Amino acid sequence: MHLKLGRLAAAAVLAVGLSTAASAQTFRYAFQGDAQSLDPHGLNETFTLGFLGNVYEGLAAYDADLQLIPALAESWEVLSPTKWRFTLRRGVKFHNGNPFTADDVIFSWQRTLTEGSDQKVRGGLISNITKIDDYTIEVETPNPTPTLVRELVWLYIMDKEWAEANGATEAESPKSAETSGKFASLNANGTGPFVIASREPDVKTVFKRAPSYWKEIKSNVQEVVFTPISQDATRVAALISGELDLAYPIPVQDWDRLEAAAGVSPLTGPEARTIFLGMDQARDELLYSNVKGKNPFKDVRVRRAFAHAIDLEAIRKKVMRGASTPTGLMIAPQVNGFNPELNTPYAYDPELSRKLLAEAGYPDGFEVTMDCPNNRYVNDERICQAVAAMLAKVGVKVDVLAQPKSKYFAKVLAQNDYDTSFYLLGWTPGSMDAHNVLQNLLSCRNKETRAGLFNLGGYCNPRVDELTGLIAAETDPERRQALIDEAFTIHKEEVGHIPLHQQPLSWGVRDGVTVAQRADNVLDFRNVVLP
Amino acid sequence: MIGFVLRRLLQSVLVMLTVALIAFGLFRYVGDPINNLVGQDTSAIEREQLRKKLGLDDPFVVQFARFVKNAARGDFGISYRHRRPVAELIVERLPATLELSIVAALLALLVGVPMGVYTGLHRDGFLSRTFMTLSLVGVSLPTFLIGILLILLFGVVLRWLPTFGRGEVVAIGWWTTGLLTASGLKALIMPAVTLALFQMTLIMRLVRAEMLEVLRTDYIKFARARGLSNRAIHFGHALKNTLVPVITITGLQLGSIIAFAIITESVFQWPGMGLLFIQAINEVDIPVMAAYLVMIAFFFVVINLAVDLLYYLVDPRLRVDREQAAGHG
Repeated sequence: MHLKLGRLAAAAVLAVGLSTAASAQTFRYAFQGDAQSLDPHGLNETFTLGFLGNVYEGLAAYDADLQLIPALAESWEVLSPTKWRFTLRRGVKFHNGNPFTADDVIFSWQRTLTEGSDQKVRGGLISNITKIDDYTIEVETPNPTPTLVRELVWLYIMDKEWAEANGATEAESPKSAETSGKFASLNANGTGPFVIASREPDVKTVFKRAPSYWKEIKSNVQEVVFTPISQDATRVAALISGELDLAYPIPVQDWDRLEAAAGVSPLTGPEARTIFLGMDQARDELLYSNVKGKNPFKDVRVRRAFAHAIDLEAIRKKVMRGASTPTGLMIAPQVNGFNPELNTPYAYDPELSRKLLAEAGYPDGFEVTMDCPNNRYVNDERICQAVAAMLAKVGVKVDVLAQPKSKYFAKVLAQNDYDTSFYLLGWTPGSMDAHNVLQNLLSCRNKETRAGLFNLGGYCNPRVDELTGLIAAETDPERRQALIDEAFTIHKEEVGHIPLHQQPLSWGVRDGVTVAQRADNVLDFRNVVLP
Repeated sequence: MIGFVLRRLLQSVLVMLTVALIAFGLFRYVGDPINNLVGQDTSAIEREQLRKKLGLDDPFVVQFARFVKNAARGDFGISYRHRRPVAELIVERLPATLELSIVAALLALLVGVPMGVYTGLHRDGFLSRTFMTLSLVGVSLPTFLIGILLILLFGVVLRWLPTFGRGEVVAIGWWTTGLLTASGLKALIMPAVTLALFQMTLIMRLVRAEMLEVLRTDYIKFARARGLSNRAIHFGHALKNTLVPVITITGLQLGSIIAFAIITESVFQWPGMGLLFIQAINEVDIPVMAAYLVMIAFFFVVINLAVDLLYYLVDPRLRVDREQAAGHG
């Protein structure tokens, strides 16, 4: 009886909660962290840029299916491989009422090149912008850049006058914290469908629907309340208790709980992030191994043996609860340049693996330490443990060193001279194009050109480098795809890395709320519809 | 008396310096802040420039000296993550933590002391045994688990109380309070109980043990022989004489409540200093970590000082000058 009463009361409370939420059209959601700053050029990071994408906009945008659509530019054309003309949208106003014009685009681009900017790479793709008239610009690039428009999605446009009036003409980040202001870090003035009504960093941010927006959107949300909740258990509890309409990420192991709970369900799909393993192929002797005087990973047979020893299907079923997509390529299907024909993973064949190891001179295997983050990717540490167990079956003893991301990245990245022998990493190309992956992960490491910055294992093939250069400049889609295919085929043949899977996106949503789960894990309020 | 206070305050500076020194020695092992400050496409050269600019290249002695020099002028630097002065951040978060801690400490005292007295007087009563058994739970369950269990019961199953946050707050000058709104009070219940539970059981057990000790003493027997009422004996004589250790422990525990609010704050996403500190650790925000640790050290020193002063108030023997006492002897 008591239980029944309790349930009734709970249902009543829930019903009240639902009705008030629906009438106010308030959308409440939580993420594990907060946006780092409101400055659109201060940090080039997915969550921050996605969060700000509801307030600021670029010349182009991604729709719910991650297809490129026009935004502040109505259209664009390629005049020559290094020259583009953009026709800007007329009648767009910033939230403070100022009209959007070519000057704002030029100003924003120049702002990305200021000292505090973390968008210098994007800004640097452009060498000059010429204003033809208020709504036409010509953009010149130092090199042919077929992915230019995709990059400009994340280069948000600020109001020149607003920035000048508030001393925010330079991008704000810790690099400039002492010298420049902090106005743009705490205030926003974009062209997007929402304005920031109040913000307490790390506590709460309230968005209100902008009085007018240049585009029809399907969202009926009038107000958005965002709360960062760092503890997984608290975030899940808050969702189930009906205090939130959406929460992410939800730990994979909590999906069953969400299924069982009334009024909420998990929303999952493949993320465009590819998780892969890498091996140090650069050093003459591994830093963390019992093999001395030589580097076993320099032998392609050893790398192949590793690839065939790992059962991706088992990782999918046992570690990822069936929610990952095993992959044979370093890029996800959503990424431009993906070719399904090349996506077959290395076959699981421990027999072959043992044979290859024996041929390479390691019939009894060897020992190696694996570096692994434990709070960066979905179930990252468990994946590493599974990989270690699988490699143990073919005689390779893997010692897993799992650390928080701050320590992990400090150890394995360039600034610490790639201090690793065997590692797990994940990558989503910011431009959603294969070139980004080839440039950062697959190119030979080169300090001057910045190529291969995240090629932690030092995989190096001059032909892949050459192809990467050609792909950067090739504007014909078909020829470009052929070049991309060639590069990935070589990389696969040589087992430069071992791709594992695309990890699942894991959101929890209150029943009746519709959202679009984009493969880049960005929540766009434009696609949120409340019941 | 004034000399004593001044001496203690001087000692506090030493304590804070030591804490800061140890903290700076440890920061090297926390990780590299740079990767949290830039995106994945940022070049190695820019990363190096940023590292230089932030002074992370310097040996830790130099970093420490710089911190002390600036801190002496009241400048705790700028948070890497929030890009705002650390002092400002801490002042903003201070009310949430202090409100939570003080409510928790009051709760622990107001419930713990009577429970301790009761269990001390009625050693074998049914209620005493129940209290004692329950207090074992409070002592042995980790705060984190208690918080999660409370959330599950009152937040998810019964849906009586909010599972996270501080509710609506009212600003009074720079101080923000959740004590004046219904949602703020509701939000305070679970975190305060979680934080208070351990202290409550500790105080209860301490008072009980002290009571048992005192009740056996001759002066209590003598008081009974004089025919004083139970009430006067228990509260006027016995309880008063148990208070010195209780004050010490409660005082020290107030320090730990503030310091260990970290866990409770992170379970309930309570926007206080503890949460700020946890987030700073995750992001390797060195200025915030350093300032927080130094401040907590300062709190401990001040609380200890306050406890010492309270002794004078409770125990008349300490108020008498030593020479004078010797003269009488």
